[in-house]
Amino acid sequence: MKLTGAEILCESLTKLGVQHIFGYPGGAILPVYDALGKSKLHHILVRHEQGATHMADGYARATGGVGVAMATSGPGATNMVTGIATAMLDSSPVVCITGQVSSKLLGTDAFQEIDITGITMPITKHNVVVSRAEDVARTVREAFVIANTGRPGPVLVDITKDAQQASCEFDWEACAPRLPQKRLRNDHNQAEFDRALELLNTAKRPLILAGRGIMLSGAMRAFEQFVRTSNIPVAMTLLGIGCFPASDPMNLGMMGMHGEAWVNHAIQESDLLIAIGMRFDDRVTGDLRTYAKGARKIHIEIDRAEINKNVKVDAALVGDARQTLEKLIPHTANPDRGPWLAHIKELKGDSAVRDIQSLPDNGHLYAAHVINDLWKETRGEAIVVTDVGQHQMWEAQYYHHNQPRTLITSGGLGTMGFALPAAIGAKFAKPESEVWVVAGDGGFQMTMCELATIVQEKINIKIAIINNGFLGMVRQWQEFFYDKRYVATPLVAPDFAALANAFGIRGERITARGDVLPTIRSARESKETVLIDFRVEQEDSVYPMVPAGASLHEMIRRPNNPLVETASEP
Amino acid sequence: MQTLVAYVENKPGVLNRVSSLARRLAINIDSLTVGPTDNPQVARMTIVAHTDEKGGHRLEASLEKLVDVLLAENISERSLLERDLALIKVLADQQSRPHLMELIKVFRARVVDVAPESLIIEVSGTVDKIDGLLEVLRPFGVLEMARSGRISMTRGGDLLRPPGAAMASVEPANVT
Ligand SMILES: Cc1cc2nc3c(=O)[nH]c(=O)nc-3n(C[C@H](O)[C@H](O)[C@H](O)COP(=O)(O)OP(=O)(O)OC[C@H]3O[C@@H](n4cnc5c(N)ncnc54)[C@H](O)[C@@H]3O)c2cc1C
Ligand SMILES: Cc1ncc(C[n+]2csc(CCOP(=O)(O)OP(=O)(O)O)c2C)c(N)n1
Repeated sequence: MKLTGAEILCESLTKLGVQHIFGYPGGAILPVYDALGKSKLHHILVRHEQGATHMADGYARATGGVGVAMATSGPGATNMVTGIATAMLDSSPVVCITGQVSSKLLGTDAFQEIDITGITMPITKHNVVVSRAEDVARTVREAFVIANTGRPGPVLVDITKDAQQASCEFDWEACAPRLPQKRLRNDHNQAEFDRALELLNTAKRPLILAGRGIMLSGAMRAFEQFVRTSNIPVAMTLLGIGCFPASDPMNLGMMGMHGEAWVNHAIQESDLLIAIGMRFDDRVTGDLRTYAKGARKIHIEIDRAEINKNVKVDAALVGDARQTLEKLIPHTANPDRGPWLAHIKELKGDSAVRDIQSLPDNGHLYAAHVINDLWKETRGEAIVVTDVGQHQMWEAQYYHHNQPRTLITSGGLGTMGFALPAAIGAKFAKPESEVWVVAGDGGFQMTMCELATIVQEKINIKIAIINNGFLGMVRQWQEFFYDKRYVATPLVAPDFAALANAFGIRGERITARGDVLPTIRSARESKETVLIDFRVEQEDSVYPMVPAGASLHEMIRRPNNPLVETASEP
Repeated sequence: MQTLVAYVENKPGVLNRVSSLARRLAINIDSLTVGPTDNPQVARMTIVAHTDEKGGHRLEASLEKLVDVLLAENISERSLLERDLALIKVLADQQSRPHLMELIKVFRARVVDVAPESLIIEVSGTVDKIDGLLEVLRPFGVLEMARSGRISMTRGGDLLRPPGAAMASVEPANVT
């Protein structure tokens, strides 16, 4: 059967199981759009190509499948850069398809010609230019394999216009992926395995550091079994949240810069850290010279390049988390951890009683109230997609996630403007799930044009804006480290409720604590998107905080304000 | 200084990917050579990088993550042979010529081009040897020089060969 390159692309995507494409058309990708119109693929017209990449990313994070974004050449492609980098830093499987000028024009500075594979080389797992219709199917199949095997990541496929237009024979069977065959490494050798077991079974104060790799590996069951057999408490990274129920007594909570004080102290006092699918980000370790000095370290990690990158480890088990855990479990002893667990409980007691709900209403509305109420009202079962900043950290502290892939957030790149588009992607991936956006008034303004996408697609998500009138997280740094010189952080925002109305979306504005729950409730009852503008305390800060570069145990604690060091027990 | 050998797909852009990677890791490349292998689809690189053992590991592991890199190995700690090739154009008049020939002999170099005013000397060997020859040639007046950059090979039975046929379908677990 003879098809054009554009038709082959649509056929291939369909055969790969793709249902949704987030994109924006233009001259160099028009043949594909023409073919899209004749296919069964659902194209979601975004308002900015950055939004398309975040939507594909949100789609991927919600399901574990590949998300697909599409754009035209030149400005369409360059608008994708931030979204691609966001996916790269958090290992998210996204395939971006861009149109390119015709191959005979390549290198001539033709209209809207840009070297997008050159630009995205350092921020993609792989990228490739396709200039022949014959190569379209195989390349797209390879892109899907690369994006979602091993350590996932974004792949960009740049297709010249002539390759989209030319016709050739389409034979799906004949164009199976042909990727270079790599050597199988034998890093995961028996000696290393034995050393890990020895450390594991003799430790007195062990702690598990659980990361996003557990979710990427689909290792949740094996992980839980490992926790039970080894009886070792769990600390999570921001991106690890959800890999183990927050309600489990063995789950201590988040570590790191804005992690729980008791967790950071426990890390510093431990004698063994078992890091699983996490990459010792500097927001996690603080000053490396003082990080967990007394602890041996085991690293379970699929990517060899992560081993000994930031933290030198004593045993490295390179490989998939699930497979490795399943191999470890039968040999794992279950000693009495009574004294160590009791000690952690003590640390926790001294730290903070996260119980703002029982405090009397003093007329102030804090972000923590909003998140805590949202958690209670949704029983922790919603998919929450956050933006970047203070509200992101409060979400991590006060919303207790029990299910994997229910917190979707940009961790590594920390991309403001991520939440709204990523939530749209997540909703398409999980139409039956309740999806909430939690965003700051700053970040929301970066991509709020996607409200129009929501209306055009008639989807139902709920949007909570934590509106403090500042670029809050930066204001906090200015408060702590720049003597409260608030340069360029106070910001004006539109009346978000009225703005929502202008898009045809219901909008609410809340200023009193007592109105939070009822409004969340009524928003949930609606079958349509609702935006709620929560006007919260302007100069509240996130505590505890490990200043950048400080030791993990050197946390700035909430000054004598009983109101919040934080929320109720999960 | 760390020495790595890599087998890569012989296609456009691969060199760019390798150098882009080193730049991203903030590792300075001292020399990078690429040459064909007996498989036309595969090229061999020797990379000498200004970094420590940790950087060498990071570079090796990151290189091997590139889809187009079939194998990357840090051979710095192994017993290895290294060669650099240099062409040196040096001033030579009637008077200095005999003296130059003497030196060339000592260094086991060769004269590959003779002109009225100059000679081109070809020399191969370790970097130290070539640096040594350059040192003694300088007083005569070195006009121009071209060096190939290092190629390296592990000694004896320690073999570094590309895995299997270059283009076979892949086990998914193979791509990191
Ligand atoms: C404002 C702000 C504040 C922040 N504060 C904190 C904080 O206080 N605490 C905190 O933890 N983070 C914080 N972060 C996030 C932080 O920057 C990192 O993004 C996060 O710590 C990374 O978590 P991770 O290592 O679990 O996930 P990733 O960065 O996604 O790493 C996952 C790891 O798992 C590996 N992996 C992938 N697949 C597998 C598999 N199948 N098997 C085994 N391994 C696999 C990958 O190779 C990778 O090394 C903050 C971010 C922002 C923007
Ligand atoms: C695209 C982008 N630009 C700048 C930053 C730096 N930055 C990190 S947090 C933050 C403030 C966010 O303010 P807001 O969205 O209002 O959220 P808040 O911290 O107040 O909850 C800024 C500017 C960033 N992370 N991303």
